[in-house]
Order: sequence, then C-alpha cells, then structure tokens
Amino acid sequence: MLSCGPFDRDFLKKVAVATEAEYHYPVISEECHLDLNPFYNPSRRQYDGNRLIRNLPLNTKSEYSKLVGLFRVDLYIPILTYIFGQAILGEKSAIVSVYRLRNELYGLKQDEELLLSRTVKEVIHELGHTFGLIHCPVHTCVMHSSTYVEEIDLKSAALCHSCRELLSKQ
Amino acid sequence: MPDKISILIVDDEESVRDSLCNWFIEDGYAVECAENAKKALQMIEEKEYDIILADIKMPGMDGMEMHRRIRTLNRESIVIIMTAFASVDTAVQALKDGAFDYITKPFDPDDLSHLIRNAAAQISLKSENEALKRRVTTLENVDDLIGKSEAIQKVLEQIENVAHSNSSVIITGESGTGKELVARAIHANSPRRYFPMISVHCGALTESLLESELFGHEKGAFTGATFNRKGRFEMADGGTIFLDEIATISPKMQIELLRVLETKSFVRVGGNKEITSDFRVICATNRDLTAMVKSGIFREDLYYRLNVVNITIPPLRERADDIPLLVSHFIKKYCTSMSRDLITIEPAALRQLEKFEFPGNVRELENMIERAIVIGNGKEIRVKDLPMGREVPDSTVESLEELEKRHIEQILSKYNWNVSRSARALNVDRVTLYNKIRKYDLKQKE
Repeated sequence: MLSCGPFDRDFLKKVAVATEAEYHYPVISEECHLDLNPFYNPSRRQYDGNRLIRNLPLNTKSEYSKLVGLFRVDLYIPILTYIFGQAILGEKSAIVSVYRLRNELYGLKQDEELLLSRTVKEVIHELGHTFGLIHCPVHTCVMHSSTYVEEIDLKSAALCHSCRELLSKQ
Repeated sequence: MPDKISILIVDDEESVRDSLCNWFIEDGYAVECAENAKKALQMIEEKEYDIILADIKMPGMDGMEMHRRIRTLNRESIVIIMTAFASVDTAVQALKDGAFDYITKPFDPDDLSHLIRNAAAQISLKSENEALKRRVTTLENVDDLIGKSEAIQKVLEQIENVAHSNSSVIITGESGTGKELVARAIHANSPRRYFPMISVHCGALTESLLESELFGHEKGAFTGATFNRKGRFEMADGGTIFLDEIATISPKMQIELLRVLETKSFVRVGGNKEITSDFRVICATNRDLTAMVKSGIFREDLYYRLNVVNITIPPLRERADDIPLLVSHFIKKYCTSMSRDLITIEPAALRQLEKFEFPGNVRELENMIERAIVIGNGKEIRVKDLPMGREVPDSTVESLEELEKRHIEQILSKYNWNVSRSARALNVDRVTLYNKIRKYDLKQKE
C-alpha cells in the first residue's frame, strides 16, 4: 500500500490491518513522494486517475503481487465527474482517494472513524478488482458498486460468500 | 444479472473508450469498443449488441447518422447517445429518432449506473415479454376434436377429467385418429397451458438422435455438435412433453426415459451437469403396449409409470355418426384457408363417406375433403370428387390392405424410395409412411 500524500501513520496501519484480515496476505505500507503536478487537469481541477494508476511507483516491482496507491486529491477519469477509486480488472494496481470519502465535503461534521471505515472498504473493493472480482449484486458485499458515500456506508468491509468463493478460484 | 449484457462503446477518444470499458467490465458486462461509426456499423452487422453507447460527435460519420443506420439494420439494440453540454439539442433530436436516452459528458458515476441499469431492465423486460408471447402463441384449442358420438364424448370427458392433474397419460388409437389433438387438448386445458407443449415423434428418430433430441447436448459431445443445445425435456419445463410413437423407442432409451420420469432430472449428452425440469408426460401409440409388455419388448415398469391414465380414441369406422359433422368442419376449415366460398356436399357423396371404412381414420377423411375442394366444381363436393367415387378395384380379388401395400410400393418406387417425397405424394406424414413400410415389410429392390 503506497501512501501518496500526507496520511497519519496510525490511519495507514489500521487500513493495512483491515485489508490483511480480509485477504489473508501481508500488507506492507510504504510512503512515496510522487509529483502529482503532471496528472493535474486545471480545467477540471482534478487528477487523472487513469494516468496515475499506470504511473504508480513500484508498479513494476515484483516483490509485491498487488499495489494500491492511497491519495488525498480529487480523482477523475475522462468520462466521469469523479471516482472514489480505480483498478484494472485482474491486474496489479489500484488507486483510492480519501478526498470524496470525507464527511466535510458533504457539509457534515468531520468523522475520522467513518473516514477510516470508508477507506478500508474502498481499498478492499479496488483490490478485489485486481483479483478479478467484478461488482457484486449483494448489497452488503464490499464488492457492491457504490457511487455515493452513503452506499459505501451501507455495505460491509467483507466479501460475501460467493465473492469469496470466486476469489479462492482465482 | 441474468445473461451477460453486451455493450458496444463508440467514441473517437481512446481515453473515453478505455474509461468506459473498464467501468463496465467491473460491472460484469461484456464490452467491446469501436473508434469510429464505420467500424461500429461493421461490428453491429456481424453481432447484435444489447446496448450501444455512441458519441454524438465523431469525425466522418457522426453518432446521429450511425443511429439512423443502426435502425435500418433492424437491430433491437438500445442506443444511448453521449454528448458534450453544447450538443444537447442534437441529443434531444436523437431521442425523437428513437434513441433510448442521452448522457452529457463527463457523466456523474451514479447517472451512468442508473442509465445502464434502466437499459438492462428494459432488455430483460423485453426478453421476458417475448418469451411470454411465444408461450401464448403455442396455446392450442380443441376445435378439431369434433363429434357427438358417445365414443368421442367419452374421450372429451376423459380429457376434462385428466387435464387438471399432473398424471402421465397414454393415448392409444389407430393411426390418424387424432392422438396428438387429444394431447394438445389436455395441455390446453391444464394449468400448464401457459408453458409450451413439446412434441417428439420418437418413431422418426434413431436412438442416438432421439437421445440428443430429448436430453440436449453439450458443445463437442459429438461431431457436428458445435453449440450447446437444450433438449426437449428442458424446453418442456413448466409444460408438457408429448412423446408420439412411444412403442418404437429402444430398450436403452426405455431405461433412460424411466430414470428421467422418476427423478425429473437428466444430464445433457456429453455433459456432467444435472438439469432438472418440471414437465408432464403424455405418450401416444397405435400399438398394443400391453402385448408388448407381455412379450418383453416394452419395459413393464416404464409402462406402469406412463400408463396412469389411458385414453383410447375409437377408429372413425366405429363412430360413423360423426362423419357429417367432421365433413362440414373440414369443408369450413379448407374453404377458409383457401379463401373460397363455403361449399356443400351432395347427399350421395356424404352417404359414400358414411359407408367407407377409413383405414386412415380422420386424417384420411380430412385429406379426402381437402382434395375434393381442390379438384371440385367450387359449389359442392360430388361423388366423383371422392376417391371411392372413381374406379374401385374388385374387392374379391384384392383386399384393402393389399391395395394399400401395392399403392405404397408403386409410389416409393416412383420416387426412388425418397420417403419425404413419397409421403407428400400419398398425403400422409413421414411417420405414417415409415409405419406402413414396417407393417407391410416393404424393401427397396436392388
């Protein structure tokens, strides 16, 4: 897990522990100093998720089987107004941003616990895509598609039985 | 999601195509992309897509023109137009031209999800509607079961009694008595009537063909099996399966059939997945199954499994009282189908028919009436329009069976033993002709 922005170490540790508990793989947290300026789109005032995912540091480093970049900036892909995260199905890398997971963005009171919970779910969700899982119709499954933060809150941080079975076959 | 919904994305911008493709793949859709309208149209000609997402502005042919051309290809795809804010007016025009919806770039992820979910819901409603329509059109009526005689009234009463149950039925009767009509009447009056009635003519198929026909097969099960195929038992799910000429099936098929009837589950040929199907079985035969059981040709356990209810249709000679009714029914039927004015039958001709034995039963009578309408004077059926009104061979010299055998031999020889052509010439179906060939032990001369 690459922290590409200023994150509290305790926060990163909790995300790593929760992810490890779900996938039963060791999760290593590393800090990286990626210059985000080349990925900034001034007309949208957002960062291009498609390009970021392809240019994540350590992308080619073989010691990690999966890589998830954690950002604080607002991400987009050309066709969508925003994204919470992005992954390439069945491949190595994924990205997640906490920008739109923060309660303050929606005029609500800051809630660090909720932010942690949403981040954990998004990291597990995007990593699920890298393991080849697609969106799940089960509303409580972490692989259920969420386009609103409220939808993220509705689902759990765990894979449902059928997604877990699919994962075991991957 | 039911079957994978296919989406074609048409946009000249690679980043748009990639982003959308990735988004939809994560949702479990089957996605393909085209960089321009020309390529997209080629792809659409080769394959049907459920949803087409097309950019309105593309170099060369634009999305609007492409949409019009898709319509001329008579494709049922749902077309969604993608547009920049500035071209909303054009997108509205696309809606008037029959596009499903339009979406303005860049999309809100939730809007896109909703739009595709709505399109997917429309697709599943449409296919459900088509499936229901197909089921409704297979509904059969019982108009062709004509007669006031005690014998046929008893049959109608049995149909009414048995229709509401799920019991297996064996319909026995000579060839041409209307066994399939009775089966259809049972199905049409049963709670299963909104599901299909699937007919299988067991006598017309070899053992391996019958096996594949009944149970279906998996791709590669045998040479030529290039696709998976549903069997008749699977297709009859919820409905009725009608097994005609049940007495002709081989001992091996008898065992397999018994197993399916007991478990209502089976495996496709070349497959390993157990498939269950909820069907009712109606069988028909013109042979004496009891005698076949006694002589060991037909399995006793299968016989009892099938013979929960037995309906015997009397031959036409035993219900000659019904001939006038049947004659007027067939006159009406064929005059209507040939768009002719209704004709009558002269009393002498009707008397001839009433006296005739009709070895081919109702089917023979029907063929006679159809022929008489075709060759007649357009006002009434005369004696000379009927086969028995013409030259009749001396019955002291040749029996009816001998005459039939000789005639079938002549026709088969005339058509080089091509059974289909011979059956057409004889005005009977192929199964009947095969049965006659077996009955008279006819063989092609070297």
